[in-house]
Amino acid sequence: MLVAALLSGLVLGGTYALVAMGLTLQYGIARIMNLAYGEMIISAAFLAYVMFSTLGLNPVAGLLIAVPTGFALGYVVYGAMMTPLVARARDRASLEIDSILATFGLLFVFQGVMLVTFGANFTSYSYLNDPVTIFGTTLAANRVLALILAVVFGGGLYLLLTRTLWGTALRAVAVNPGAAPLVGIDVNRAARLAFALGSGLAAAGGVVISMYQTFTATSGVVFTMKALIVVIMGGVGNLIGALSAGLILGLVETFVATYIDPGLTLAATYTIFLAVLLWRPAGLFGRLTR
Amino acid sequence: MSRKLLPAFVFALVVAALAYVPFIAGSYGITLGIGMLGYVTLATAWALFSGPTRYVSLATVAFFGIGAYTVAVFSESMVYPLLLAVAGVIGLAVALVVGLATLRLAGVYFVIFTFGLAELIRQLVTWYEVNVTGTLGRYIFLPVTPEGIYWQLLGLATTAFLISWWIGRSRIGLALKVIGDDEVVASHCGINIARVKLALFTVSSVLITLVGAIQAPRWTYVEPTIAFNPTVSFLTLIMALLGGANRLTGPLLGAVPLFMLFEWLSANFPNHYSIILGLVFIAIVFVLPRGVLAFAEENWRRWRKSGVKNLPAVAE
Repeated sequence: MLVAALLSGLVLGGTYALVAMGLTLQYGIARIMNLAYGEMIISAAFLAYVMFSTLGLNPVAGLLIAVPTGFALGYVVYGAMMTPLVARARDRASLEIDSILATFGLLFVFQGVMLVTFGANFTSYSYLNDPVTIFGTTLAANRVLALILAVVFGGGLYLLLTRTLWGTALRAVAVNPGAAPLVGIDVNRAARLAFALGSGLAAAGGVVISMYQTFTATSGVVFTMKALIVVIMGGVGNLIGALSAGLILGLVETFVATYIDPGLTLAATYTIFLAVLLWRPAGLFGRLTR
Repeated sequence: MSRKLLPAFVFALVVAALAYVPFIAGSYGITLGIGMLGYVTLATAWALFSGPTRYVSLATVAFFGIGAYTVAVFSESMVYPLLLAVAGVIGLAVALVVGLATLRLAGVYFVIFTFGLAELIRQLVTWYEVNVTGTLGRYIFLPVTPEGIYWQLLGLATTAFLISWWIGRSRIGLALKVIGDDEVVASHCGINIARVKLALFTVSSVLITLVGAIQAPRWTYVEPTIAFNPTVSFLTLIMALLGGANRLTGPLLGAVPLFMLFEWLSANFPNHYSIILGLVFIAIVFVLPRGVLAFAEENWRRWRKSGVKNLPAVAE
């Protein structure tokens, strides 16, 4: 029971970490608080579902379509909606409020489109639903694959951001957007790329989630909420923080669901969130900027 | 003196006229009036806190649902006035907990927390109903007529409006404006920021809770998914923003036309309702970021100024 809970906690935590890394890019670098993030995740989940059930395309191949689509969507959304807001914002706080309001509207648009297209039913499909035995406990193969994919994406992104010049520029914007232009970084372009990259990760997360969970057109809010909590716990813009906080959240949720009650997972999530905020407002791994 | 008394006289006249409406309007008119007064109160109460402080609260429906659900749970064991009082007290307690936990932090944490609060409370209520009481969904049978609900909401809307008016011209209102402009300056002026924000947040939340409690008997059947419908938060936010959350009459001016629009939309486009809602909202954020009142005022001023400027040019 303990090993089983630990393993499924890791799977869930890996997914949360993957999803939260995208949001931490959007919020930490592009400075956009995207409340429609969960809807982007669920859209990708539906895309994977449609590709699997109509075209017979397996979700791993589906990632090759979903991730670029997510990237393009993020690029377009930033260009069309966020650029005017960035241009008119007086300071960071007013950009935050404006982006929260604009993406709150976007949330309802996305959700409405999905409700019209797919209805409000619970959706899932059966892919690689075969038992695999690890450390004496059985786990569905799709969950193991989900964890592997999360590790691959997370590791790839980490290497991309720390080992390439391009990634270093993005991190420079996250650390100090005021000083980044002094070393020749185009902050607006970096923000747009980070936002698009975040949407691409959201799409990857959506496909991974669709492999082993049921979802509805309205379940995006919960994912946004959890990703936000992970981002804040880990420290805004901090990839390693998002990774660790995601794993912690996944483990806590699974243990609460296994040993206490499945109906109380969200309450547990909130309790952790509040505890972290009150104890370390800059996050477990973040540093106070002021 | 008469200039001071005139607005008060007009206000009293409008309230009296609205109170007379149930005698002439049919049952559909009363239903429409209940919905409209409900949203006017919600938007005014929302703007009471979020307007001057710029702390966008997305938790309107959390308190609205608490009010409605409290009435549903205790409707058989209490007399009606006590029911409303209990709902108000529960709303007050939740507002205190949420406010104490988040209002001392940066504004964005408050927004995030309120964003998920309704979902959290909905899940907790569902969990409690399923595991402890064993029933999900409750019936409300109360001897309250639609006219009674209408008058109660009118009373509540008037109260919310008067509170908003009073706060706008009191010391606490000035303190709020300073906090909204610059928190550092506010704390150097000797304003107890956390206490002022907490006080306003609780007042606003109790008003919202009461709207839910008063409207609950209209539903007869209540379930967590009905009581905690996120669209309520969303509509309240749009209405207050459209009118302008910083003005006394702003939320009122936003709530009335938008309520009519949404009523028409939900009758004619029930499936595409939330898409249109989202698009309208985005348009408001982009075109009228400070509300229609501020927009009209700026253009009026610009128009008049250009008029004055043009005058000598014509004379030359």
